[in-house]
Amino acid sequence: MPKITYTQPDGVQSVVDVNEGDSVMRGAVLNGVPGIVAQCGGGASCGTCHVYVDKDNTKPLPEMHPVEDELLHCTSSPRQDNSRLSCQLPVSAELDGLVVHVPETQI
Amino acid sequence: MSVVVIGAGQAGCQAAVSLREQGYRGPVTIVGDENVPPYQRPPLTKAYLAGDVDLDGVLVRPESFYAEHGIDLVLGDPAAAVVREDREVHLRSGLVLRYSHLVLATGARPRTLPGALTLRTVADAEVLRERLHRPARAVVIGAGFVGLEFAAVARTKGHEVTVVEALPRALARSVSPIVADHVVARHEERGVRVLLGAQLSAPERGNADLVVAGIGVVPNVALAEDAGLTVDDGVVVDAHLRTDDPFIYAIGDCASFSSAFAGTRIRLESVQNAMDQAMCVAAGIMGSAEPYTAVPWFWSDQYDMKLQIAGITRGHDRTEIDGDPSSGRFAVYCYRGDRLLGVECVNKPAAFVQTRRRLAERQEFSVA
Repeated sequence: MPKITYTQPDGVQSVVDVNEGDSVMRGAVLNGVPGIVAQCGGGASCGTCHVYVDKDNTKPLPEMHPVEDELLHCTSSPRQDNSRLSCQLPVSAELDGLVVHVPETQI
Repeated sequence: MSVVVIGAGQAGCQAAVSLREQGYRGPVTIVGDENVPPYQRPPLTKAYLAGDVDLDGVLVRPESFYAEHGIDLVLGDPAAAVVREDREVHLRSGLVLRYSHLVLATGARPRTLPGALTLRTVADAEVLRERLHRPARAVVIGAGFVGLEFAAVARTKGHEVTVVEALPRALARSVSPIVADHVVARHEERGVRVLLGAQLSAPERGNADLVVAGIGVVPNVALAEDAGLTVDDGVVVDAHLRTDDPFIYAIGDCASFSSAFAGTRIRLESVQNAMDQAMCVAAGIMGSAEPYTAVPWFWSDQYDMKLQIAGITRGHDRTEIDGDPSSGRFAVYCYRGDRLLGVECVNKPAAFVQTRRRLAERQEFSVA
């Protein structure tokens, strides 16, 4: 199973096995990684699964859909170039080793 | 110290999870009526009903999570009584659980009509999903969110769908007429018959293969009432979501609380409210109580419409529309006098997140 690393604001890391096809969000929720609230359960409706993709990432991520882009408009932790909604990042073998940073706050 | 949570829905589950996240080390037990681990209800009228996900895909946490985190799940064994003098919960099986804190997350049950199916539980959704495998003439009674979401899935699957609503408009409890009319028009465009201000006629009912009632829910308050707690529509709680017994909290669909957003006491039937109230109560049990002030928000997906609501727009006397409804992408800002109550967005997520943020900031300011 692909491994995804979630880094908390204080630097603590969780390395989690995520099923292919599950999203980076679902991987966090299923494994109890704190800080990814995901109230809507993954429908790109709430904007509470914001993550920062590691700056050194070279793994291929899907293009951002306009809905995701708009939901990232007004995040409580500032939006950066590497901001994504983790529910919109499906995990595949290609993403094995992906590192994402969990923001301080979600709403 | 031990916490018992009655109700294994999204609120009850989140209360237990939040206690562990916040470092609570005592025993935590979740008691549920259904024989299924906690699951999310929103997909039951969407992806689950459509057959795009299965039970595993809607579980709040994987089944193994609870044991790994020291959370006892007692399923299929409803709570029969709360004995406050002894701080005990008695289950139907005879099992007795002692608590230092009790969280009532008993939810709500759908209003029923004779001969009509309801859609609330995963078992309900399973039945309907099965029925939608063969061609059906479906009648939906009630043009609320559950009825309309069911109608959208059934119509998308090619079934003949009629929605009958007794009131003169759809979503009357939830959104402004502009948004309600827009939603109805999208259903009609796709071939759903929507009959407003109407009753289901006997011949029409006779012709239907499937009748689904989406006419609201009733909060489950019997346990609280029998235990002598104050009930007024829901279980009455204070700003910290405590009932009149300081060791008993109520959260989620069953709780009646005073909302600054509504300007009155309300119950809210939403995932947001379930999760945020659960987190609030967990903090209270951990000794860092804060009043419950989270911004209410809600969403619904129907066809290609993403409807998102921030705030509580009921009771507005004025609206401002941003965007052109005919484009299918617009936001309706709802005011009472000068005060922004909230926004209803159709395919306009930016307006939703901005307004939710604005309401949260206003709330922080007024509390501080």
